[in-house]
Amino acid sequence: MSTVLQPAGASSRRRIWRNAGAILGVGIVGFITLVAILAPWLAPHDPFTIDLGRRVIPPMWMEGGTPDNILGTDQLGRDYLSRLIYGARVSMIIGVATIITSGIIGTFLGVMGGFYGGRVDDAVVFAITARLSIPVVLVALAVAGFSGGASFTLVILVLGLLLWDRFAVVARSTTMQIRNLDYVAAARCAGCSPMTVLLKEVLPNIATHLAVVATLEMALAILLEAALSFLGLGVPPPEPSWGLMISEAKEYMFFSPWVIMIPGIALFVLVLGVNLLGDALRDMLGTDLSR
Amino acid sequence: MSTPAIEVRGLRREFRASQGLFAPPRRVVAVDDVSFSVPAGSVLGVVGESGCGKTTLARMILGLMEPSAGEVLVDGKRLEGMDRLARARLIQPVFQDPFSSLNPRRRVRDIIAMPLVAQGNVTTSEIDRRVAESLERVGLSTEQGTRFPSQLSGGQRQRVAIARALVLRPRIVVCDEPTSALDVSVQAQILNLLAELRRDLGLTYLFISHNLAVVEHVASEVAVMYLGRIVERRESEALFRDPRHPYTRALLDSVLTPEPGLGVPDVGLGDIMPDPANIPPGCRFHPRCPACFAPCAATAPRITSLEDGLVECHLAG
Amino acid sequence: MSALLDIEDLRVTFGGTAAVRGISLTVEKGETHCLVGESGCGKSVTSLAVMGLLAKGGKREAARLSFAGEDIRDYNEAQMSRLRGDRMAMIFQEPMTSLNPAYTVGSQMTEVLRRHRGTPRAQAVDRAVELLTRVGITAPGLRLGQFPHQLSGGLRQRVMIAMALMCDPELLIADEPTTALDVTVQAQILRLLAELQKDLGLGILLITHDLGIVARVADRVSVMYAGEVVESAPTAELFRAPRHPYTRGLLSCVPVPGKVKRDEPLGSIPGVVPRIPPGFTGCAFRDRCSFAEAACAGTLPRRNVGPAHELRCILPEGVPA
Repeated sequence: MSTVLQPAGASSRRRIWRNAGAILGVGIVGFITLVAILAPWLAPHDPFTIDLGRRVIPPMWMEGGTPDNILGTDQLGRDYLSRLIYGARVSMIIGVATIITSGIIGTFLGVMGGFYGGRVDDAVVFAITARLSIPVVLVALAVAGFSGGASFTLVILVLGLLLWDRFAVVARSTTMQIRNLDYVAAARCAGCSPMTVLLKEVLPNIATHLAVVATLEMALAILLEAALSFLGLGVPPPEPSWGLMISEAKEYMFFSPWVIMIPGIALFVLVLGVNLLGDALRDMLGTDLSR
Repeated sequence: MSTPAIEVRGLRREFRASQGLFAPPRRVVAVDDVSFSVPAGSVLGVVGESGCGKTTLARMILGLMEPSAGEVLVDGKRLEGMDRLARARLIQPVFQDPFSSLNPRRRVRDIIAMPLVAQGNVTTSEIDRRVAESLERVGLSTEQGTRFPSQLSGGQRQRVAIARALVLRPRIVVCDEPTSALDVSVQAQILNLLAELRRDLGLTYLFISHNLAVVEHVASEVAVMYLGRIVERRESEALFRDPRHPYTRALLDSVLTPEPGLGVPDVGLGDIMPDPANIPPGCRFHPRCPACFAPCAATAPRITSLEDGLVECHLAG
Repeated sequence: MSALLDIEDLRVTFGGTAAVRGISLTVEKGETHCLVGESGCGKSVTSLAVMGLLAKGGKREAARLSFAGEDIRDYNEAQMSRLRGDRMAMIFQEPMTSLNPAYTVGSQMTEVLRRHRGTPRAQAVDRAVELLTRVGITAPGLRLGQFPHQLSGGLRQRVMIAMALMCDPELLIADEPTTALDVTVQAQILRLLAELQKDLGLGILLITHDLGIVARVADRVSVMYAGEVVESAPTAELFRAPRHPYTRGLLSCVPVPGKVKRDEPLGSIPGVVPRIPPGFTGCAFRDRCSFAEAACAGTLPRRNVGPAHELRCILPEGVPA
C-alpha cells in the first residue's frame, strides 16, 4: 500500500550496503573465494609435503612456534596455513558443484510439477516427499561405503542427488503462483508454446528466488562435505578438506587444541558468510512475484 | 448476414473442488449453458458481480480454458482444436491488472513483440516496424518502449497491454475489466483509446466490466450474468432505459452517480450472498429477488425473446 | 464547540519524498467528511498519519492535530494505542488482510473491548453479538465462532465495522471501505454507515476515489491532488460549482449511466500525476492544467469562493462556471 513510489534498482542496492550482515556475508564469501582461486600463489608451502621432523608445531604466536609455519604444522609436519588455504578450494568447489547439480535436478522437477499440475505434479510431490524421508548423511555414507571409498566426484554426485529438495519445493511453489498471473495467460494467448512460456515467462521470474535457495543450500553442502570427510567417506586424504583436517586432529584435541580449532573456525566462518549472503539476497530481491 | 465475430453455443464449465479425503468433491458450475453471438465490429458488454462466471466465460472464449460442454466459434471457425498461432491471429486479451499482465523482467518493446515472435515467420525488421507502429498507435514513445514495466504508470502499462493485443491485428479483443484498476482520469483516457482503435481497425470487443456506466458508454449490446447464466441480454440503450430483469434493475439502482442529495438507495437484495457452489433451485436469483413469487422457487424460468433482446425471468413470460 | 478532528497544515515525509504537503480539514460530530483523490495523492497516508500508524521512516508534523479538543501531536505510542480502537477507529479496504486469518471473528472482536475497557469475556461476547446484529449479520452467534476466510467479502467488511464500533468510538476513519466489494454490497455497506452515523452521532472521515460515493454520502468534501487539498466545500456546493481545474476535470471523466453519450469521447485529464521532488513550489497540477500561467509556479493563495468553499488556485474565482 505504499503511496510513495521508489525507484526499483537504486534503493535496493543502497539497502544492501546498509545491512551489516549483508556486508559481512559478501565480504566473507568474496574473500574465501579469492583465497580459493589464488591458493597456489598464497600458500607459503606445499600442503602435501610431509616432514616428520616438524610435526605438530604450534602457531607462530604461541610458545614453540616459528614464523616459517604461521599456523603451525599438523601431525604429519605439513604446513597448516597452506592446508587451510587449499582446503578453501575443496569447500568452495564442492559447494558450487553441488548446488549446480542439485539446482538443475530440483528446478526441473519443481517447474514441471508446478507448471503442468495434475498427475505430473502428483509425481513430483511424491518424489519430494520420498526424498525428504531419506536421511541424507546415512545414505551418503552407505553409497560411499559401497563404492569402496570416496572421491571428489562421488561426493559431488551424492550430495547433488540428495540436496535438490529445497530447490524443487521453491521452484514448484513459485511456478504455481506465476502460472496464474495474467502475463502468463497473455503469452499463451499470443500463441507461445508451453515450452516458450516456461522458458521465457516463468523461469526468469523464479530465478531470484532460486538464487536465494542456492546460497543456503551451498552452506549446507559445505557442512555435509565436512561431515562426510570427518567420517572418512568424503574427500579422500591427502586432499586438505577442512572436515578431514578436523577428523585427523581428533587425537590431538586435548594437547594441541589449535589443530582442531583452526579448520573448525574456518568452516564456521565460511558457512556463516554464505548464510548471511543468502539472507541479504532475499532481503534485496524481495518476494513479490508480479512486479 | 455476415459471420458473427464470436458465437457461443451452450457453453458450460464445471469445476471440482476437493473436500478432503472423505467427502465427495463439490461441483461448482461457473458457467451454465450460455449462448450468444457478437456481430463483427460491435461491442458486447458483459456485466455481473463476483461469482457470476464472466471471467471464466472470457477464458473459454480466449481458448485458455476448455469448456465442459458447448462450443465457441471465432470468426465462424471452431475454437476447439484450432492451431494456437491461428487463434492468436484472431483473438487477443487485455486484462484487468496492469501490474500483473506484463512480464516484469522484459522490456516493453519485447513484450509487444512477443506475439510476432511466436508466429515464427516474421522477419526481425518487420517485427521492429510493427512494434513501433503499435507503440505509436497507443500513444507511447519509442523511448518508453525501452523501459521495463516497473518504470511505467498504471495507465501506461495498460497501453502496453493494448499494444501487445493489437500487434497481430486480431479481429476480436476480449477486454476483461481493462480499466477497473486504473484511476478515474486515466480510465477515461484508456476508454477513449479503445473506442478510437475499434473504429480505426474495425475490431470487435467483448467488454467485461462491473462498472455499468462504463459499459453503457462502450457497448452496443449488454449481457447481464448471474451465477453462470445470462439473465438478460438487450441492446445497450434499451437495457439502461428499461431493464426487465429484477437483478439488472438492482444493479442499475446500486450505481452511485455523482449526483448529490440522492442518498444511497436501498437495493432490496437482502443479505444472502451468491455462491456458485450452492445454486438455488428454480430461478437462481429467487432468494434475493424483491419480486419473487410462486413459480420462482420451483421452476427455472425460460428464455423470453423481446424485440431488442432476451430475458430469463418468470415475470416476463 | 471544537471539531471532533481538527487538522491544520499536516505534512508527512518519507525520507526525501513529501507524501502530504500541508493539508487542513475538520470533521465534526455526526458529519461525514470525504477525502477524495486518485492513487498516490496521499489520502491514505493522511489517515495513517492521524492515527499514528505511519510506516517506519514516515515523519509527521502539523500546526494543529487535535481529537475532541486534545492535542495528539506529541502523543507517544502508548497514548495513541489507548485512543485507537477505543475513541477513534479505523476500517480498511481489504477486509481479508485487516482481519487476522488465524483467529475467530469472536476472539478478534472481544479482544478490542477487553483490552480497552477490561470488560469480562462474557459481557464482551454479548456486546459483539449485539453489534453483529446491528450491522445486519444474521446468526451472529454462529459467526463469532467462524474464521475470516469462511465469510464473504461483504460480510467481512460488516464484521470490520462491528469491530470498529465495539468501544463506541467518536470518530471513524474509513479508508476505501467499499472499493473491493461488489456494487450491490457497496450500497448496503454505505447505507449501514449512514444509519450508524445517525444513531450514534459518529464523525466519519471517508477516504475514497469514487466521486459517486462522495456525492451520495458526504456532508463535506476535500479534493486532494499530489499531497495537497486543492478544493474543499460542502458536497452540494462542490458538485454545483466545482472551481478547481482538477475537480472539473475529474468530474468530466466520470460516466453517468443514463446520461452517457456513446459516440463522444469521455472527458479526460491529459498527462500523469507527477512525482513531487523535494523543494517543489507552486501548483502540482500546472503541467496538466489548461488554465496554467507563469504565476502557478509560485506560492498559491488559499481563496474563499463561496459558502465554506475553499480553493487553492491562482485564478481568483477558480474555473468560470
